[in-house]
Amino acid sequence: MKRIIGIAVLLLVVYLATWIMADAFSGRAVFMSGYNQENLLRRIALYGILGIGVSLVIITGGIDLSLGSVVCLVGVGVPWLAVGHGWPMPVVLLLALALPLAIGLGHGLLVTRLRLQPFIVTLCGLLIYRGVTRGFTQDQTAGFGNGFKALRWLANGEVPLFPGFGLPVPLLILGVVAGLIAVFLNKTIYGRYLLALGNSEEAARFSGIHTDRMIIVAYVICSFLAALAGLLFVLDVNLAQPVDFGNFYELFAIAAAVLGGCSLRGGTGTVLGVLAGTALIQVLRNMINLVFPAYQNMEYAVIGLVILAGVVTDELAKRAVARQKA
Amino acid sequence: MSDRTAGVSAPRLAASGICKSFPGVRALHEVSLKAFPGEVLALLGENGAGKSTLMKILAGVQKPDAGTIAVDGLPVVTGSVQESLRQGIALIHQELNLATNLTVGANIFLGREPHRYGWIDEKAIAAESRRVLELVGLDVDPAREVGELTLGQQQLVEIAKALSVNARVLILDEPTSSLSARETERLFEVMTDLRKRGVSLIYISHRLAEIQRMADRVTVLRDGVNAGDLKRDEITHDAMVRLMVGRDVSRVYQRTAGKPGAVVLAVHELRTPANPAQSVSFQVRAGEIVGLAGLIGAGRTELLEALFGVTPPLSGEIQVEGKAIRPQHPRDAVLGGLALVPEDRKKQGVVLAESVQRNLSLASLERDRVRGIFLNEAAESGITAQMIRELRIKTPGEEQPVRFLSGGNQQKVVIGKWLAMSPRVFLLDEPTRGIDVGAKQEIYQLMEKLAASGAAIFFVSSELEEILGLADRVLVMHEGRITGELSRAELSEERIMTLATGGTTAWSHAP
Repeated sequence: MKRIIGIAVLLLVVYLATWIMADAFSGRAVFMSGYNQENLLRRIALYGILGIGVSLVIITGGIDLSLGSVVCLVGVGVPWLAVGHGWPMPVVLLLALALPLAIGLGHGLLVTRLRLQPFIVTLCGLLIYRGVTRGFTQDQTAGFGNGFKALRWLANGEVPLFPGFGLPVPLLILGVVAGLIAVFLNKTIYGRYLLALGNSEEAARFSGIHTDRMIIVAYVICSFLAALAGLLFVLDVNLAQPVDFGNFYELFAIAAAVLGGCSLRGGTGTVLGVLAGTALIQVLRNMINLVFPAYQNMEYAVIGLVILAGVVTDELAKRAVARQKA
Repeated sequence: MSDRTAGVSAPRLAASGICKSFPGVRALHEVSLKAFPGEVLALLGENGAGKSTLMKILAGVQKPDAGTIAVDGLPVVTGSVQESLRQGIALIHQELNLATNLTVGANIFLGREPHRYGWIDEKAIAAESRRVLELVGLDVDPAREVGELTLGQQQLVEIAKALSVNARVLILDEPTSSLSARETERLFEVMTDLRKRGVSLIYISHRLAEIQRMADRVTVLRDGVNAGDLKRDEITHDAMVRLMVGRDVSRVYQRTAGKPGAVVLAVHELRTPANPAQSVSFQVRAGEIVGLAGLIGAGRTELLEALFGVTPPLSGEIQVEGKAIRPQHPRDAVLGGLALVPEDRKKQGVVLAESVQRNLSLASLERDRVRGIFLNEAAESGITAQMIRELRIKTPGEEQPVRFLSGGNQQKVVIGKWLAMSPRVFLLDEPTRGIDVGAKQEIYQLMEKLAASGAAIFFVSSELEEILGLADRVLVMHEGRITGELSRAELSEERIMTLATGGTTAWSHAP
C-alpha cells in the first residue's frame, strides 16, 4: 500500500494540473467534459488490461515485449477473418482468445525449459507476430465497417450514470480483470508462489514449489490479457492497420507497471499500483493533447521524462527511508 | 628478517581510538589494533563484531568518525583507498576482486598500466608480473586469463597484485573460506614466506584451528570494542572462544544420544547425475543423527540434492518409512516426508526479501489451502506464531523481512518452514555455516530435539568438530562414493580424514 502513495499523489497532481491548464485558461470544460472523461477512462481501461498482464510477468522477474504485436495480431486478425473472409464471429473470437494461450505457453516453455532470456524470447515474439499479421493481410487495413454493433458495444458502449456522462464498458471489464488478478495475487496460494519465486526462484523451488509452472501461467495470462485488450482496441476504433496497430503498447504497459511499483528484478507489484501508473500515463497524453497540441510530436519525450522522474524520485525516497531505518 | 616477538620493534601499523557509527548502530568504539613487521595477526570476532568495518577503515574504503591510523609512525589520511594503498595497506576481499576475463598480468596492473607513447607496455607487465608471481610461488603465464585459474590460484594473483604495489600490510579477509585443503596449505606457505620478508599480515578467519596454527597474535573484537589480545602461547581454542562470546562455551558440543528406532530413510544404490559411475546406499533410523563427512567436492551436497529432487537421481531406490518415493522435483520429496535445509541459506533456504511469516508458511501453503486455491490466513499466522515461539526466533515481528535477521535466526526460519510439514527426514547441508558460535549451539540443540521427536536426521558438515560432537554415526564420502562408516565409538578426526581422502582402513566397512 505504501508503495503506491507516491504514484497516487503524482497522478492527482497531474490530473488537477491538466484540469486547471485545460479548462481554467480556456474558460470551457475541455478536460472535465463528459466526453473527454469517458474517453480518458476508456483508454485507461484498455491500457490497464495490458499493464496488469505484463505486471504478472514482471513479478516473476521476466518481461514481455510481444504485447503490442499480440494486440496487432488479434486486433487486425479478428476483423480480417470475420469481415474480410466471412468466418463466423464466435469461431473467430474463440480463436482470438485461444491463440494467445498458445503464444503465452510457448513463451513460458522457452523461458523455463530452455532457460532462454525472457527479453530475447518475447523480442522474437514481437517481430514474429507482427510479421505474420502483416504477411497474411498484405498490410491491408481491416475493420468492421457498420457491422457488429452489439459486439462493439463492449468497447465503445457506456453505462449512463448521469446526463452527459456514462461509465465506459471497458472500464467495467478492467474492473473484473483487476479484481480477479488482485485476488489471485493476494489471496491464493499461487499468487503467493508467484511473488516468492519472483524474489528468489531457487528458494521457492527448494520449498517444493513448481516454479516453472507458475512462470508459464504468468506468461499465459499476460498474452491472454494482451489479446483481450487487442480485441477491445479494435472494437473501439473500428479500423486496424497491420503496420502500426499496437505499436509501442508493450512499452506503455511496462512503463505503467514500473511506475506502479513493479521492480524489474521481480517479486514486487500490486494491481492498484499498475492501474495508477496506467492512469498517469494516459492523463499525461491527454494533457499534451489538450494543453500543448502544438507539441503533440513530443509526446513520447514528455512521457519518457515523467516516467524517469517518477522512478528516480521513488528510488531516492526508498534510499531516504532505508537511511532512516539503518 | 624482522623481530617476531611483538612489542620489541615499533609497530608497522597502528590504529587507535577508531570509532565508527552508522545511523542507529555503533559499529566500532575506541578500537585499537597494532600489527608488527613480520607478524601474522589474526582478527577474530563473531559476525557483527565489527571486523569488516575495521578492515574497511584500514583499507580506506570507509572513513572513521574518530581515531588515527599510522604506518611506520607516519599518519595515514583516512577514508581514501588510494592513500591507504600508497602507505602500503592492501585488502584482499573474501570475494576476490579480479576481472576474470582479463589476463593475470592485466589484473596485476589494472588501473596503473605502464605505457609508452600511449601504448600499454606488455613487456614491462610480463616482467613485473613474473617477479611478483614468483614471490607468491605461483607458476602461471601472466598472459593467461584469470578465469582459467582455480580459486586458490586467483587468490595468489590478488596477493601478487598487492605485493607489486609494495604492500607492507596485507589484510586477508576469510582467505581460506572457498579453498580446497591443498590450496589452503599453499596459501599458508605463502603467508609464512611473506612473514619472513617482514610483511605484516592481518588475517580474518572463523576457522579457529587455522588461526591456532598460523597466528603470532590474536586481537578479538566483541560488539565493536576490543575484547582482548592473545599472545602466541596463549592462543587456544577455548581462550579464543571465551574472548569472542564473552563467556565459556563448552568446546565441543556433546550430544546426549538416544536409542534409535525403526529405519526411516532407506537409500539403495542411488546414482546421482554428479557421480553417475558411483552408487550410494545407506539407512537412517528414527531418532538418529547421522553425519556425512568428506572433503569439498566429494559429492555430499549432490547426494542431498538428489534425495530431495533438486537434481533428480539417475537410478536407485529411496524409501521413507517403507514407502518408495521417486523425487523428480523437491515437491515430490516434500510430499514423501523429506525436508532439506540447503547449503546456501540466503539463496536457497529463505526468500530474503519476504517476511518471516511468508517464509515460515511457504512450504505448507498448499496443504493448508481452503476452497481449492485460497490462502488459509489463520493457519499461516498460527504456524508463524508457533514457530517463532518454539524455535525462539529473534525477530521484532512476523512482518520483518528475513533479510534483517541474523544468520542463526534465518536458519531457524528454514527449519521452522519444514517443521510445519512434520517431515520424517531432515536433510541438513552445512547447517551452521556462517552462524555465530552462540547460535550454533542452538541449532545443535534443535537438531537433537528433532531427532528426539522421532525424525531421522542426516546432515552434511565440513566442520569435524560438529560431526564429532553431534553424530551418532558418520558416513564418509570420497569422490562420489561412501568410503566408510564410523560408529560413535569409532569416531576420530584421523579416521574421518583417512576415509575422506580415499584411504581405506581396518575399521571401515564399505556398505
